[in-house]
Amino acid sequence: MADPIRIDKNTLRFCDEVLKTPGGENLLRCFACGTCTASCPVRETDERYNPRRIIRMVLLGMKHEVLRSDFIWLCSTCYTCSERCPQGVHLTSIMRALKNIAVREGIIPPSFRMQTKAIRETGKLYEIEDFDNKKRARMGLPELEKKCPDLEALISQGNLKDIK
Amino acid sequence: MSRMNQYSLFLGCTIPVRAQNYEASTRKVAAALGINFIHIPNFTCCGYPISSLDEETAEVMAARNLALAEKAGTDICTICTACTGVLTETAQALATDEAKRQHVNERLKDIGLTYNGGVKVKHFARILYEEVGLERIGAKITHPLTGLRIALHYGCHYLKPHEIYDGFDSPENPHTLDELIAVTGAESVSYMNRMRCCGGALLAVDENLALKISKEKLDQLKELGVDAIGLICPFCSVMYESNQKKIETTFETMYNLPVLFLPQILGLAMGMDAKDLGFNMNRVRANAVLEKIGIN
Repeated sequence: MADPIRIDKNTLRFCDEVLKTPGGENLLRCFACGTCTASCPVRETDERYNPRRIIRMVLLGMKHEVLRSDFIWLCSTCYTCSERCPQGVHLTSIMRALKNIAVREGIIPPSFRMQTKAIRETGKLYEIEDFDNKKRARMGLPELEKKCPDLEALISQGNLKDIK
Repeated sequence: MSRMNQYSLFLGCTIPVRAQNYEASTRKVAAALGINFIHIPNFTCCGYPISSLDEETAEVMAARNLALAEKAGTDICTICTACTGVLTETAQALATDEAKRQHVNERLKDIGLTYNGGVKVKHFARILYEEVGLERIGAKITHPLTGLRIALHYGCHYLKPHEIYDGFDSPENPHTLDELIAVTGAESVSYMNRMRCCGGALLAVDENLALKISKEKLDQLKELGVDAIGLICPFCSVMYESNQKKIETTFETMYNLPVLFLPQILGLAMGMDAKDLGFNMNRVRANAVLEKIGIN
């Protein structure tokens, strides 16, 4: 049985945080019509992921439940919800903002940590090795630089500097 | 800002390593239609995987690539739609928001680059449709793919979010890729929910869920009896092609459904050799497709 939701000054704090995060500006436009949820390809396959529910939880200030859930990571960024939302809530951007906030609080799925590491080390998700360039040459494709140090320099100066 | 018909080709992370057939066929078709690609060997990740973690970092990553293209004096041609989305969105933001551009340039200074805001980003399919045009492509068709039934998968980032794509096609009811298929003589098969996402972004988060999402479309297309899926994104191909066998084993089903990239389809109709179009690298053998159109 669920606990009653506590509405107090902390409720507005999480709302405010999302409103101030780039992409979260239109959060308060939502009037819970459910068009997003009816359009979502992920929800069609798995009812765990429910965009309308997530927005509602944010508006009720349920920061802990939202950030520690796995469902914010299940957005496939297809933009169907954003396109069809009658209120211009920009759900995909809000989901992105929620994920960004989660990462700021130290929550990051292991696969994303690994991807960040790969990008810091090589500049790409998949490192280009000699083998790849040889294979490319056989197909008549031009050679690519193997490792680029620029992204380590860029990422180490930003909010993801501790993700290694 | 580009000289006519000259673009820097942005390959992203996946294509150079996992979809060389897509790159090869793109280059062949581009060359035949007079599109010149500048090669920038040190392009880096567009920023898409990082945007879920930190939007600002992703923007700077995208801006680095835009700065390199600007330095080369060209616009960017993309062939992965995720890259198209991030680069287009960033290019647009930096073209209009001066404060943001200044902030990004502060960061780019660390790696000796600056971006002044002039680069336009377009997916190859859009360039074919808008810049080359159906008539010029039609004139190059020597081997019509009569009788071939292709199920197009537009994917998500070619047209959405609509705000950044100048309204060149409709996100709900698009037609640009259908027309590119029609010009080859093949049939673009209509099917329900064809704009549904492949689920690729979820592969690293919940593999089973991602496979289930892709499975739905494969089931549908198997029932329709199409000859092949047509794609414009390498990650959709990771789902529908590279993972086709895994879906078959996990869910005890069978498809043997060839997955082709749009330039491979165009190239065949333009009389190009299947090998040159990278058909050897297609993981689901496309022999049935080649036989059907009279190539062996």
